[in-house]
Amino acid sequence: MAKDEVSASAVGAPMKRREDVRFLTGKGSYTDDMNRPGQSYVVFLRSSVAHGVIRTLDVEAAKASEGVLAVYTHRDIEADGLGGVPCGWEITQSDGSKMVEPAHPILASGKVRHVGDPVVAVIAETKAQARDAAEKITLEIDALPAVVDMRSAETAGAAVHDEAPNNVCYDWDFGDKEKTEAGFAQAAHVTTLEFTNNRLIANAMEPRACIGEHDAAGDRYTLITTSQNPHVIRLLMGAFVLNIPEHRLRVLAPDVGGGFGSKIYHYAEEALVTWASKKVGRPVKWTADRSESFISDAHGRDHVTKAELAMDAEGKFLALRADTMANMGSYLSTFAPCVPTWLHATLLAGQYTTPAIHCRVRAMFTNTVPVDAYRGAGRPEATYLLERIINKAAAELGLDQAEIRRRNFIRPDQFPYETPVALTYDTGDYLATLARVMTMADYAGFEARRQEAAGRGKLRGLGLSCYIEACGIAPSSLVGALGARAGLYEAATVRVNPTGSVSVFTGSHSHGQGHETTFAQVVADQLGIPADSIEIVHGDTDRIAFGMGTYGSRSLAVGGSAIVGAIEKIVAKAKRIAAHLMEASVDDIVFEDGQFKVAGTDKAKAFAEVSLAAYVPHQYPIEELEPGLEETSFYDPKNFTYPAGSYLCEVEVDPDTGVIDIVGMWAADDFGKVINPMIVEGQVHGGLAQGLGQAFIEQCVYDANGQLPSGSYMDYAMPRADDLPSFAVETDLVGTPCTHNPLGVKGCGEAGAIGSPPALVNAVVDALKPYGVQHMDMPLTPQKVWTAIDAATPKMAAE
Amino acid sequence: MYDFQYVKPANLYDAVAAMGSEDAQALSGGQTLTPTMKQRLAQPGTLVDLTGVPELKGIEVGPDSVTIKAATRHVEVERSAELRAAIPALVELASRIGDPQVRNRGTIGGSVANNDPSACYPAAVMALDGVVVTNNREISASDFFQGVYATALEENEIVTAVRFRRPDSASYQKFVQPASRFALTGVFLAKFGPEARVAVTGASENGVFRHAGLEQALSASFTAAAADPVAVSADGMIQDLHGTPAYRAHLIKVMTKRAVQACGG
Ligand SMILES: Cc1cc2nc3c(=O)[nH]c(=O)nc-3n(C[C@H](O)[C@H](O)[C@H](O)COP(=O)(O)OP(=O)(O)OC[C@H]3O[C@@H](n4cnc5c(N)ncnc54)[C@H](O)[C@@H]3O)c2cc1C
Repeated sequence: MAKDEVSASAVGAPMKRREDVRFLTGKGSYTDDMNRPGQSYVVFLRSSVAHGVIRTLDVEAAKASEGVLAVYTHRDIEADGLGGVPCGWEITQSDGSKMVEPAHPILASGKVRHVGDPVVAVIAETKAQARDAAEKITLEIDALPAVVDMRSAETAGAAVHDEAPNNVCYDWDFGDKEKTEAGFAQAAHVTTLEFTNNRLIANAMEPRACIGEHDAAGDRYTLITTSQNPHVIRLLMGAFVLNIPEHRLRVLAPDVGGGFGSKIYHYAEEALVTWASKKVGRPVKWTADRSESFISDAHGRDHVTKAELAMDAEGKFLALRADTMANMGSYLSTFAPCVPTWLHATLLAGQYTTPAIHCRVRAMFTNTVPVDAYRGAGRPEATYLLERIINKAAAELGLDQAEIRRRNFIRPDQFPYETPVALTYDTGDYLATLARVMTMADYAGFEARRQEAAGRGKLRGLGLSCYIEACGIAPSSLVGALGARAGLYEAATVRVNPTGSVSVFTGSHSHGQGHETTFAQVVADQLGIPADSIEIVHGDTDRIAFGMGTYGSRSLAVGGSAIVGAIEKIVAKAKRIAAHLMEASVDDIVFEDGQFKVAGTDKAKAFAEVSLAAYVPHQYPIEELEPGLEETSFYDPKNFTYPAGSYLCEVEVDPDTGVIDIVGMWAADDFGKVINPMIVEGQVHGGLAQGLGQAFIEQCVYDANGQLPSGSYMDYAMPRADDLPSFAVETDLVGTPCTHNPLGVKGCGEAGAIGSPPALVNAVVDALKPYGVQHMDMPLTPQKVWTAIDAATPKMAAE
Repeated sequence: MYDFQYVKPANLYDAVAAMGSEDAQALSGGQTLTPTMKQRLAQPGTLVDLTGVPELKGIEVGPDSVTIKAATRHVEVERSAELRAAIPALVELASRIGDPQVRNRGTIGGSVANNDPSACYPAAVMALDGVVVTNNREISASDFFQGVYATALEENEIVTAVRFRRPDSASYQKFVQPASRFALTGVFLAKFGPEARVAVTGASENGVFRHAGLEQALSASFTAAAADPVAVSADGMIQDLHGTPAYRAHLIKVMTKRAVQACGG
């Protein structure tokens, strides 16, 4: 092969994303692009009331409506003995009892619990006919008081679920409470911060969609769905909802237009189309409207927290205490219970040596859309808590925001480092990432820039944030002990085809991450063949051995490691074939640059010659080796991976309007080894944009009745290109490779969204220092910033 | 969407006739009407598409006034060199409506007929002493806009053009609502000799209005400082997710001052 071919796809090369050719030319194949012969359409009638008892439900007129094939309510679901939507994680409470886990019916049964709760499914020849019919349904709901604000949910006087009279799903705590209290007793200074981590709506560009199909000949079901993890859907839906064994259920997740967490979960609509496809004898398709997405996709974040940090006189952290309320919404989504607990409290050491940490989390039911993992899942909440309270502490102690962090960093010689919250960080160099970002942003020159801006009547601020995340979830035995109802390994099959091309079947799913490129680079590198002869197959339970899917920045660290495992088996077998072909001892065979060579001789066989011999085994060690060249590997990680980095953000606030101009955002990340720096930077850019959305732009508002006024793009703002500064992102300068996976990679998908919100808020709070502002809750909309300035102005004038 | 009849008349006479059919509704750029229909919030019997009517298209720049025909798209206003020379603020306004897709279809006639309380054009019509021309009369701006989504249009009446008086100088300052990017508060300031006219959109519960206090102050002294002592009351201002009445009242003044500065005052 030509030398330049190798280098273009080499590990570390910024190879262009191969999948972009089809995406950018409109040739992607998304669920809604697919149409099955004889397909029908389902429309859901959803509750427009947040909380209430269904008094009247009459679907007769709908059944008689033109084109209607079937109308289903909870009665039909119950008659067929279907299960509810399952939850995949069980939390054990502080008192040893299990969390409250109420039923989550596919269609509302007796009660509705949030605006958007599906009540009736109408299936018709066309979508318009299904809508017409849905309008003929009589649904009368006796409204109950809506539980909306989780802070008062315990005393709301109404229970979302009878099983949880105070609306508490669980009350859990973690860490050493006594040691933490002892730390506070010694403290020279305690900083307290009360804040909310605002609720977000993922708003993937592609709305959720699914098609169920039943093949009566083989009694086999196919579900095509917008999922980040088709095998998980097959497992949950097959085993817990529809009682279909794996061999009779195929789940396909084709091109998926963004997930950000919201497409991890098993949703009621998927079960309904699959079940209904057999009942009506026709494929059934559902595609969410954008308005429907707002009220049916799982939301993210939504914590209310009180945090306290105890320090000695020099600003050294002695102990950290956090008391958080986490909104679960109306039902427990697939991974919801683990997000504010095991993905949050365990991250509260951050990059620091805080010796004692205690965190209490109360998860609350409310009459809102279920809340689950969203880009970062628990880790952004932990990072925001730490990085905001540290800045507040620095301000109170009169310390520089970088200096207070330096005093508390885990030093490079302290790794592996065991935190007081159960994690063991394998590597890292936090001083290096901090130093790097300070150079990138010209930290030293900031005060001069602040002065200059003040001369123009503008308020400048600089905000720092040093995040850590735990990625690559995770050792199965560990998560099992913590309540996961699944293992969290990954599977890969590498099939070397007879002429030497390679098909890789991965359980990781790509919905924007660029796996078809990065994984090909890994395989090309390991096998010494061009990326062009490598195909990456994902998203099909019939073609792929197994898979736990893509979330938590785990694809490369876990899925990539499984691929490496399969390749190692391939190479081991191929060496034996090559040894036979060249009449040499297998111990003398070396594999380099795609050639099997006999060490110390000029004898060599190309990769494709060996693969051909495996499939045309004329001259083959058939007594000791099976023909063929295909291997499967499951990889169960030994630990999480710990990407970390430092972000700086500089803003200029217009005091007349409250408008924030982001002057610069700088990111220095340590992702360990980087396979494709362009893709990694792209992931960080996307994460930064999302973090910026959370910090400044995205405003999710429920009113007191549980309605969602921010339920469309007319009121829910998403970050747009002109909201964003030009990011400066450096990812490969100070890498400390992961020590426990074969690629040395850590994961980069969430970092930007984790590290940026506190940096942005810190910058604005810094800018508003002259007004005595110590904290503002996200999103910092112009109105909110102006209001804070306006409230402080008379005080300033009086002074 | 519910079923409807669709007609595309080739002249104004046929358009007026078609508007007489049952539950007829004019369709211009469709940027407001079609989303409403898609959500099943509107159910017209017949859609009368005005975009094929030649009498409703074009821009005429005269010595004292400019006329923009109703079915003229925002993009055409944005790109008109003649208009840019005559009333640059109007070109600026059009260039900041929505996004390129919206500007490629949305029209001035649709915008004024719709009278969205956050729309941009109504402020221009008010400040530029405009006249809304219909198939059977001319209506002054102050008579035409009658509150939120309400206008003086009779049933089946078609807006054919909007005529603006040419000012000495003018400026439109739009503070965008972060999600919709309509005007959270927009101020259109126009100066005719000593007379300053200040029209405000996006702010009031009663839709577009002229601010008498600011007009008086600026007519007396056309400087940003002259606006400072003027009381802008928060009473009757819109309260929503994006702005309190106090914020909107404050923005009226800030935007007015910026408009004065943009006009060289
Ligand atoms: C994403 C988005 C962003 C937008 N941003 C802005 C913005 O920033 N500022 C702004 O001002 N606007 C904005 N708009 C609105 C845009 O300007 C629309 O074009 C305008 O409101 C309606 O014009 P239209 O030609 O599309 O009218 P249509 O949607 O066709 O019609 C609107 C209404 O007017 C009636 N109508 C139309 N023409 C006539 C006529 N000649 N005579 C009588 N009745 C008529 C229709 O029957 C209908 O009731 C935005 C729209 C969208 C979708």
